Amino acid sequence: MTEMNDPRARQPRFRGLEAGHRACQGCGEALAARLVTESAGPDVILTNATGCLEVFTTPWPQSAWRVPWLHSLFENSAAIASGVEAALKAQGRRSKVIAMGGDGGTFDIGFQALSGMLERMHNVLYVCYDNEAYMNTGIQRSGSTPHAARTTTSPPGKERMGKRHLKKDLLSIIAAHHIPYAASASVAYPQDLRRKVRRAMEVDGPTFLLVHSPCPLGWGHDGSETIQVARLAVQTGLFPLVELERGEVASVMPLRHRVPVTEYLGLQGRFRHLFADDDHRAREEREHLQALADYNVERYGLDGDGDDPFDADGADTVRRGGPASS
Amino acid sequence: MIEVRIHGRGGQGNVVAAYLLASAAFETGRHCQAFPSFGAERRGAPVTAFVRIADHAIRRRCQVANPAFLIIQDSGLLHIPATLDGLLQDGAVLVNSPRSSTELTAEYGRPLTALPASAMAQDILGRPMPNVALLAAFAALTDLFPADALVKALAHRFKGDVLERNTKLIAAATEMVEAGAWKDVAHA
Amino acid sequence: MLEALEGSQAIARAIALCRPGVVAAYPITPQTHIVENISKLVADGKLRTELVSVESEFSAASVVLGASAAGSRSYTASSSQGILLMTEVLFNISGMRLPVVLTCANRAIGAPINIWNDHSDSMAVRDCGWIQLHCADNQEAVDTSIQAFRIAEATELPVMVCMDGFVLTHTLETLEIPAQDLVDRYLPPFAFDRMLDPHNPLSLGTLVGPEYFSETRHLAHQALSNAASTIVDADREWQSLTGRSAGGLLTVEGPADARIGVLAMGSVVSTFREAMDCLGAAPAKLIALRSFRPLPEDAIRAACAGLDHLVVVDRALSPGFGGIVGGEIKAALSGMNDAPQVHNVAIGLGGRDVPMEMWPRLLDVPQQGGGFRILDLEPAKLGEMS
Repeated sequence: MTEMNDPRARQPRFRGLEAGHRACQGCGEALAARLVTESAGPDVILTNATGCLEVFTTPWPQSAWRVPWLHSLFENSAAIASGVEAALKAQGRRSKVIAMGGDGGTFDIGFQALSGMLERMHNVLYVCYDNEAYMNTGIQRSGSTPHAARTTTSPPGKERMGKRHLKKDLLSIIAAHHIPYAASASVAYPQDLRRKVRRAMEVDGPTFLLVHSPCPLGWGHDGSETIQVARLAVQTGLFPLVELERGEVASVMPLRHRVPVTEYLGLQGRFRHLFADDDHRAREEREHLQALADYNVERYGLDGDGDDPFDADGADTVRRGGPASS
Repeated sequence: MIEVRIHGRGGQGNVVAAYLLASAAFETGRHCQAFPSFGAERRGAPVTAFVRIADHAIRRRCQVANPAFLIIQDSGLLHIPATLDGLLQDGAVLVNSPRSSTELTAEYGRPLTALPASAMAQDILGRPMPNVALLAAFAALTDLFPADALVKALAHRFKGDVLERNTKLIAAATEMVEAGAWKDVAHA
Repeated sequence: MLEALEGSQAIARAIALCRPGVVAAYPITPQTHIVENISKLVADGKLRTELVSVESEFSAASVVLGASAAGSRSYTASSSQGILLMTEVLFNISGMRLPVVLTCANRAIGAPINIWNDHSDSMAVRDCGWIQLHCADNQEAVDTSIQAFRIAEATELPVMVCMDGFVLTHTLETLEIPAQDLVDRYLPPFAFDRMLDPHNPLSLGTLVGPEYFSETRHLAHQALSNAASTIVDADREWQSLTGRSAGGLLTVEGPADARIGVLAMGSVVSTFREAMDCLGAAPAKLIALRSFRPLPEDAIRAACAGLDHLVVVDRALSPGFGGIVGGEIKAALSGMNDAPQVHNVAIGLGGRDVPMEMWPRLLDVPQQGGGFRILDLEPAKLGEMS
């Protein structure tokens, strides 16, 4: 709860998601939602898929939202947003519609509704808070869960090394809709995230934002390490930050200090089985994940050009670029 | 109340024929009802449509089991026994065929009235769609409504050149049959 | 002015008269002609609405949910598997008390796949909290569609207008489409005070735990039960404007002293109306149940007063139980003094034709006795199928 003598309460910035909600300590999704609504401002209407965000923000009769908010089902955030936007159009109202969902509600069960919304060119910003598993139901694997990660439905064991399949390349599928703007962002880079939200808000048409949002409970790290874990996901190349215009890569956040994936994996309980000493499969999977990171770096041309005195981390600047060949 | 059954093949405009027949009757102040046999219609498949015409509101919604008239858009369907099923004793049959009524009647052992509807349509519309010519002949045979009413019903669906050609086709088909030959059945 | 129109075309015209802000369209036989006709009205500039051609019935229902929450009068239509695909959203729409109107072009549910008419689809979503009104003919369907918006907006409950697929949707018949100014007088513009609005930010669709959930269900039950009087009023006022009733909660026809009655819903009612008059069968009452939800218990009891036998006609069934309407009517009459004996049959499943001769067969059911059965079953065919 904020008090008037709390300096944050006196900041002029708008808070769409108020403090006092019931998210876990260090929840990446709560932070991401706050940053998104803060950047979007008050003239918005939100829709929300079923999931942690919906549950921890609206236990009746309370609500943490200071902007109009609509929740219906797990798989229809994009479709109800389409309806809200159509109604606004019919009434000549101009508020921006932001649809929100987790990775389960976006990559998997809500994927069809999302594709339809993008194809029909609704003026909606869709934000996916990607914490890489069904966290609300207790950490089950989703299409977004990284390869080899432990979840309750992809446990490692004698026959398995965690999730057998790869993380779905959702951004490429989004790109195939040739929408005006799509981007990936991370809670570890708030300035970059804010800028991408503002950019999407300016577009009259469908836009998409994939926000990497660690879940301390599901990923098995301390709540105080959320930002560090999220930053390492970017710095290893496992979660590249890119911008797409009409389906083409328009810019990427360069990696000036590439970090080996083991530094990222080692912080998280969900990858602990990859560090078993006496298991050759562990080494193979670590190498596999490093290869996936290398692939991202090559594909998006993420390798940066050395130290930059003004932006040692690339946190605030996304350079025009993309693959060197393009 | 007069009940009519239309037999044809998918793509011959059977439902349109039923709707047009009902609409033409409606143009002369009657109540009407028309509906297809509700099949999953594909081109070439045998299809059926039903029409009811009355001076009062029509409430029954069952299929027409005992029609007073059959309009058969494809003479090949005469080989299917079910085509003639339930026709009233004094009922009459109009068939799209290039052959003569006498020939058909002799072959099937029952009175059949033939009209070369496909050929006439090919000639005047440029497409072998038999439905409008058959309806015009039906109107003339039964004297249920004037050819004008059919033109009016068509005018809700077509305009310009297409309507003009159809109007010409209606006039031509009307001439091909004996006016009022089925009047007694229609007004029974 | 009377016109000769196909049922689907007439419904599209009626919906256009109601000036919906948002229409969601997705094809499914036999509903398709409705959204096709609406699309044509939009293309021809005769209807100004946001037409959203979605990628599934699930999204069609979701779009009208969102649009209604954002304050627009919203409409969609479907059938059969489409209604089932919408089911999750249908519960949401009523749970959030959004006044959406949906036409259900009633069709069977597979497997085996069958595109023809019965009531399996709307029965499958019987408990989704929507008002369900059944229509005997296309005039009733037109009038009910217009009344539906008024009822929905007055009660903040969604309304499903049930009309038999093909038998009504694909039948061209003589009917009257009311004038625009008359509909405007009957149906004022939609104003929704819970609408999503940044100036008055509400949270809709929040999580409700055990401490409040029973109360929300109680309120939903109460709202639907109370909707009966709104349905009656809406029809009464429509009648005062047009001279036509669309059937209130139910209608009763036939001689007052009849000892046997038949209760049915949908287009078979129309056929039975004619059969009653012209087949010279035994005197009987025909109870046309228009409002299946809310189920008007008092009106049903009043309609059954004086009857020794009531034959309830189902157009769907609950396997392992029997007729759905039959079961409900038995429950509604239980404890009534001198209640008629209720007999229950299903007919016309998956498009099987219901001929005029069905009427005397129904009146014969009490003499045959026995429990629920499919009356127009052809037992010889069972051998072929085993």
